[in-house]
Amino acid sequence: MIQEAGITEQGDLVVNLGPQHPSTHGVLHLVITLNGETIKKVEPHLGYIHRSIEKMCESLSYRQFIYVTSRMDYLSSHINNHGCALCVEKGLQIEIPPRAKVIRVLMDELTRLASHQLWWGAMAMDVGALTPFFHAFRERETINDIMEETCGARLTMNYMVPGGVMADLHPNFQKRVKEFINFFRGKLGEYDELVTGNVIFKSRMKGVGYLSPESAVSYGCTGPTARGSGVSCDIRKLYPYEVYGQLQFEEVTATGGDCFARYMVRMQEMRQSLSIIEQLIDNIPEGEFQAKTKAVLKLPKGEFYSRVETARGEFGVYIISEGGTTPYRIKFRSPGFSNLSALDHMARGHKLGDLVAIMGTLDLVIPDIDR
Amino acid sequence: MNKEELKIRLETLLSSPSFEEGAEWTTVIIGPAEWEGVARQLRSGEGLDFDYLFCVTAVDWRTHFTMVYHLTSTVHRHMLVVKIKLDRERPEIQTVSDIWRTAEFHEREAYDLFGVVFTGHPDLRRLFMTDEWKGWPLRKDYEDPVNMIKL
Repeated sequence: MIQEAGITEQGDLVVNLGPQHPSTHGVLHLVITLNGETIKKVEPHLGYIHRSIEKMCESLSYRQFIYVTSRMDYLSSHINNHGCALCVEKGLQIEIPPRAKVIRVLMDELTRLASHQLWWGAMAMDVGALTPFFHAFRERETINDIMEETCGARLTMNYMVPGGVMADLHPNFQKRVKEFINFFRGKLGEYDELVTGNVIFKSRMKGVGYLSPESAVSYGCTGPTARGSGVSCDIRKLYPYEVYGQLQFEEVTATGGDCFARYMVRMQEMRQSLSIIEQLIDNIPEGEFQAKTKAVLKLPKGEFYSRVETARGEFGVYIISEGGTTPYRIKFRSPGFSNLSALDHMARGHKLGDLVAIMGTLDLVIPDIDR
Repeated sequence: MNKEELKIRLETLLSSPSFEEGAEWTTVIIGPAEWEGVARQLRSGEGLDFDYLFCVTAVDWRTHFTMVYHLTSTVHRHMLVVKIKLDRERPEIQTVSDIWRTAEFHEREAYDLFGVVFTGHPDLRRLFMTDEWKGWPLRKDYEDPVNMIKL
């Protein structure tokens, strides 16, 4: 049962945060037990945007189900699609053309940039700085325009399909991406001047929401959340897929384990993504963008698991096939779900205002958690 | 540990393990009664150190349920999949939420969607569904004429 808001027998105050609250970034409902202003317990209540995507996928074909997955983590829709496409390709045992591999990685990294930009704006807004939000959205708009040209959509792209990508790159793609890199390099410095070095911002972030490396692993945290605690967990490095193994980039980690460490990890990751895009943008191989596949895909009987690194952490797709045209069972291991489970542990003992900062650095996307 | 070494090690650890062949990762099938002891061994046994439980799920096979645990080690980077067959009429298994904290949420999800009962779980309640919800949505025989659209 959901605990009623009010005062408990011990004299603690129980308050509801959400499901309609701007700082929960969606329909997340937290029941918070407070002693004065100090948090004693945070209990997330989920399901406000639960669509049972896993059940839906059981009646969709291997070509169709990928479209639904764009609606989970809508800020990493390319990467979600990528994970699903990889899993189906694993089952079909097909190799995709080199051009498709490079296009996929380029799109993944652009998505990661767009996602981190939005996170940065929202994060600053959560702790009281409204202006960065508009800066972030201005830059993100450029990426959305690039996506729109090639994929035909700005948010739910559905661009990666089993066998490669849906369509070839737009002729303007290379030119516009290069323009964007130059433009955004300068803006990143501006981001640092505007927020990173700010004294008020630092005091809100440093020493808040500590997560030890042991807890991060035990709670199943991944992505920048775990890397902020010094846990190496980047799937792109540990289990390279597509062309990640041939690229020069660093896995960004920090040792602080607090909100500021997680913040710095994401800021550095944006620079790494820029570097990955730069390495690839002039080296897109010529050729096909899609491997030849049958119109109706049938996966052999068995189990297939693929892992990709989204902007939030490890995204896993687990398909159990009975040999038919639809999956028998499909499970999505979403990064946000596990990251959220550590929230109570991180927030205890902090002030109510800090909870918003901690949630901001977890970078929660609610449809990704609820699925 | 590579696949072979892991297999040999597991054979000493378990009474009668059966391995699934042809899988990407070492896959072992055990009984529900063994699970808690085995889980502790896997978590802290020397050379095993499976500290990261990255995926927990249930599968409805119409005749029985299977719990699937995907484990890896951040120290040794080896992988293991543990499968446990459960009775479909009375699906019960010991919780591992005290060993891997992430299991608390994942087990609640499996309870909510499949009705698998995790004994010893600190807070076993509905997670996505409302408290009053009847039935277990991800079971194969689940019917809901109001909320479900059949394709």
